[in-house]
Amino acid sequence: MTNSLAVRDLKAGYDGTTVLDGVDFTVPTGTVVALLGRNGVGKSTFLHTVMGMVKPYSGSVLVDGRELAGSPAHVAARHGVAIVPQGRRVFAPLTVEENLHIAAGHKHGLKRGRSPGREPGRWTVARIYELMPRLAERRSNRGDQLSGGEQQMLAIGRALLRDPRLLLLDEPSDGLAPAVIDQVAEVLAGLRGEGIASVLVEQDLHLAFRLADEVAVMQKGRIVHRSSTREFRTDRDRAHALLGVG
Amino acid sequence: MTAASEVESSYERQDGDVVAGPARRRGPRGPLVAVPVIALLVAAPLVLGPYPVTTMTRILAFAVLVLSVDLLTGITGLPTLGQAAYFGVGGYTAVLTGLHVTSDAAVQVVAALAAGVIAAAATGWVAVRARGIVFLMLTLAIGESVHQVADTWKAVGGSNGLSGMPPISLFGGPPIIAAGFVYWWVLAVAIVVFAAVALVARSPYGRTLRGVRDNEARMRALGYRPTLARFGVFCLAGGVAGAGGALWVSQARFISPGDLGFEIAALALLSVVIGGRGSLWGPCLGAAVVLLVRDNLSAYVGGHGPLVLGCLFVAVVFLVPRGLAGLTAPTGVRRPAGPAGAHRRESAS
Repeated sequence: MTNSLAVRDLKAGYDGTTVLDGVDFTVPTGTVVALLGRNGVGKSTFLHTVMGMVKPYSGSVLVDGRELAGSPAHVAARHGVAIVPQGRRVFAPLTVEENLHIAAGHKHGLKRGRSPGREPGRWTVARIYELMPRLAERRSNRGDQLSGGEQQMLAIGRALLRDPRLLLLDEPSDGLAPAVIDQVAEVLAGLRGEGIASVLVEQDLHLAFRLADEVAVMQKGRIVHRSSTREFRTDRDRAHALLGVG
Repeated sequence: MTAASEVESSYERQDGDVVAGPARRRGPRGPLVAVPVIALLVAAPLVLGPYPVTTMTRILAFAVLVLSVDLLTGITGLPTLGQAAYFGVGGYTAVLTGLHVTSDAAVQVVAALAAGVIAAAATGWVAVRARGIVFLMLTLAIGESVHQVADTWKAVGGSNGLSGMPPISLFGGPPIIAAGFVYWWVLAVAIVVFAAVALVARSPYGRTLRGVRDNEARMRALGYRPTLARFGVFCLAGGVAGAGGALWVSQARFISPGDLGFEIAALALLSVVIGGRGSLWGPCLGAAVVLLVRDNLSAYVGGHGPLVLGCLFVAVVFLVPRGLAGLTAPTGVRRPAGPAGAHRRESAS
């Protein structure tokens, strides 16, 4: 199986400090890999570095075989990488429809030939509404008039409109009530079969285990464990040692 | 907050001091208000004397400059003190065109608009890489530099400015001297410019600009290049300001370095604050208030017009922080204070 994402010896941080200290990580095409670890070990930094929002000190980030290490975020976005950020970060003054069209509009620009090699987009605003009918009901509401769950769905919809080949999900359950997490999980589970490779950073282990094919654990800026989700769930001692749970 | 999310927030905080108004859709009452307002403006010369009509002409030309400031400050979140430079470039271009090429006002406006775009393109590439207070200072530096050039360059009259511009004409017709006819020409161009800016603000490009204003890092992650978007609108705003300069001289038939100095730049920004940034009609109203207080009310308060303007500014900031346009917002509708406010709500949800 080919890898949508292949990261080799990635080192990155902020203002000279080291947060990622030689990360090796792969995501096979069409699979979901949960990246777990305690707070502050570098999970979000890893996602931001892959997205191009943090410039790495060294290392390689191959997305579908193309080197993106050090490329700015707009280049990563144009090569099929999309991020659902922690805290949603929807455009508060814009309506749901406008939030979605900002993502879709630029994709249409790409189709006009600014980025050769991208196939025509498969995700449309109508299809996002089909996947998340709640957004259709709220299409005229502003971003800051949505509940946390609706904002999360909007953030997911916005990322999907980029037609991602690699989707980076940064704690999609963050700050949501359990019932709302279930709704978000259903949406994400509905993406299976779309051929999108995903990296899921998540503190809610139930959600991570429900969605992920494989689990990787990060400690002090390195990947210290990698296994299938099934294997990880059955080895309670290991889970306890790595995450302090189980 | 993790270190990474702090980094993303720091991207967003870079323009956190830019308080921008919300994107507004005009409801069905928009045309209902616009039509009678335009009708009143058109009818004004029929009932008013030459002096008030001349004052209104200056207000319209100044309002076009203020529109360009609002395009940058309100729509894009880039507070600027440099638009007076492009206003001046447009004014000088129109006067030079009138002196040496043609008195056709349409040609003068087009030439001034083009000169404004070119001047903005030449100076804006560096400026648009900055945000917030740094952008403000860079635009101030651009404005002062252009003012200095106009003040010392003999070819454009130096500190004496350029005078002797012949009256404007239109499409080969006779010279237009009557204040009312000049006013109608300026009004027509101002309406066209207003409509064009409104179209841009509501277009997908306008949506992009508001996205860049509200969350630049997110726009980058969606594949946009915020610097390019800002550069485009900077050039566009330069063209609008240049057209305003041409309208200004079509009535005054004279331009001097004083017409592109810091005072004009500051008054334009003040008009946007008083009128309500992000709303297009509000800043135009603000332009009228500012010029009327400075030029007309001042005579009745012992020449202390600037003091009145200062008090007005303080009153607006504390009493109607969203400006005159904010007074029409329906009660109970929450509107963001700007990017910083928006992010606070996002993190709170």
